[in-house]
Amino acid sequence: MSDTIKTSDLDKAFRDEVMTEPGAEKLILCFNCTGCTAGCTMAEHEPNYNIRQLLRMANLGMRDELLNHPYLWNCTTCYKCQERCPQGVPNVDILLKIRTMAVHSGIMLDNHRKVAQLMAKTGHAVPINDDTKEKRKKLGLNEIPETVHKYPDALEEVHKIIAKTKFDKLTEDKS
Amino acid sequence: MSELSFFLGCIAPNRYPGIEKATKIVMEELGVHLRELKGASCCPAPGVFRSFDKLTWLALASRNVVLSEEMGIDLLTVCNGCFGSLVDANNLLKEDEELRSDVNKVLAEVGREFKGTIRVRHIMEYLYEDVGVEKVKESVKYPVDLKVAVHYGCHLIKPSKERHLGSIENPTFFDELVEATGAESVMYKDKNACCGAGGGVRTSALETALKLARAKLENAKAAGVDCIVDACPFCHLQMDVGQTEIAAKFGDVFNMPIVHYSQLLGLGMGYTPQELGIDMNYAKNDEFIAKIEKIGGGK
Repeated sequence: MSDTIKTSDLDKAFRDEVMTEPGAEKLILCFNCTGCTAGCTMAEHEPNYNIRQLLRMANLGMRDELLNHPYLWNCTTCYKCQERCPQGVPNVDILLKIRTMAVHSGIMLDNHRKVAQLMAKTGHAVPINDDTKEKRKKLGLNEIPETVHKYPDALEEVHKIIAKTKFDKLTEDKS
Repeated sequence: MSELSFFLGCIAPNRYPGIEKATKIVMEELGVHLRELKGASCCPAPGVFRSFDKLTWLALASRNVVLSEEMGIDLLTVCNGCFGSLVDANNLLKEDEELRSDVNKVLAEVGREFKGTIRVRHIMEYLYEDVGVEKVKESVKYPVDLKVAVHYGCHLIKPSKERHLGSIENPTFFDELVEATGAESVMYKDKNACCGAGGGVRTSALETALKLARAKLENAKAAGVDCIVDACPFCHLQMDVGQTEIAAKFGDVFNMPIVHYSQLLGLGMGYTPQELGIDMNYAKNDEFIAKIEKIGGGK
């Protein structure tokens, strides 16, 4: 059913890189009890999502399989597994680190790229629309909220921060 | 009168302005003056932006915190996701000098500096810890006679080491605040389950995200509640807009009203559903609106 994992294909440096995230050194304490997956709300609805397996792959150093894993982005970050882990492994923090490594390797889902670009441009992941402007007026609120939407200088600050961290380059469309 | 800065985030001001307005109303009634946090941005959302690039996430989150530091007052959010980003970033930067130095190098570009002088507060824990259930109860002039399903959401209580709000398996503070309005908090299956929106799942895998929301709606409906009460505009959107998407994709119709705690408390203080924007939900339920219109004394 499953392919044999060859130790020669494993990338031990990958695990070390994951473990540079503060707290992630506890990854090696995982003894595969599966308490994380057993209580996972996402796994109930999408059985192909298995955080225990993803962390096991990280422990083994399966870099390419993991960074391109079709269910890497299924965690809603509810943190239930992290709270329950008997070994104190910060599962979610580790998963987020692996996601960061994927994005920095150029692997990003299209819709995530779009929302990143939207936030980088407008300062909001969910910007205002005409329907909401109407609702705001009806409620007696200012049509435009007191956020970056109203203050161009503030939006400029967001743009400068994003340019400094190179987030705009990180999330731009692939040529 | 206490003062807090009001961090709006994205979804409250840009999709559910009723939550923004209700929060201003109820906090003022409780003697807490909210000042606008002018020029704040997206928190930015913890599951997606932290996943993409931690330094960007921290720099933008800390900029929002710094705006409130410069006002010299603690920051209030009405969203679990914003709380997740801002409280975690605030704590991380207070504890980790190296990280703070990295972030401050970025913030120097815009002439700002994170100093670590304020607290980030979520409306539910602020009401429970600082205002108190008794005072909330006293502010209720018109008991809200509803059966409600409380939805804590995730980032309000987890990760617990950054929150200190008691049990994450059986929390009670939200239920106590709901019952202070006169409503009955009804137990329902998988009460503490996630709504399915977070972590970038709603953005990238909508159908899967909706399966989690559908389960919440089914379980709440089976418990015979009048509405679901949350404290997060993103959960709110997922369970409200989600109902129209669930109807289109799976054919299930719920007509389940979704109400933010600020709006529920506003009803108890005598404000109308229209003043609180409860009628502005995407999933329509006229019967519910007619029922809650009778609560207030026509204030």
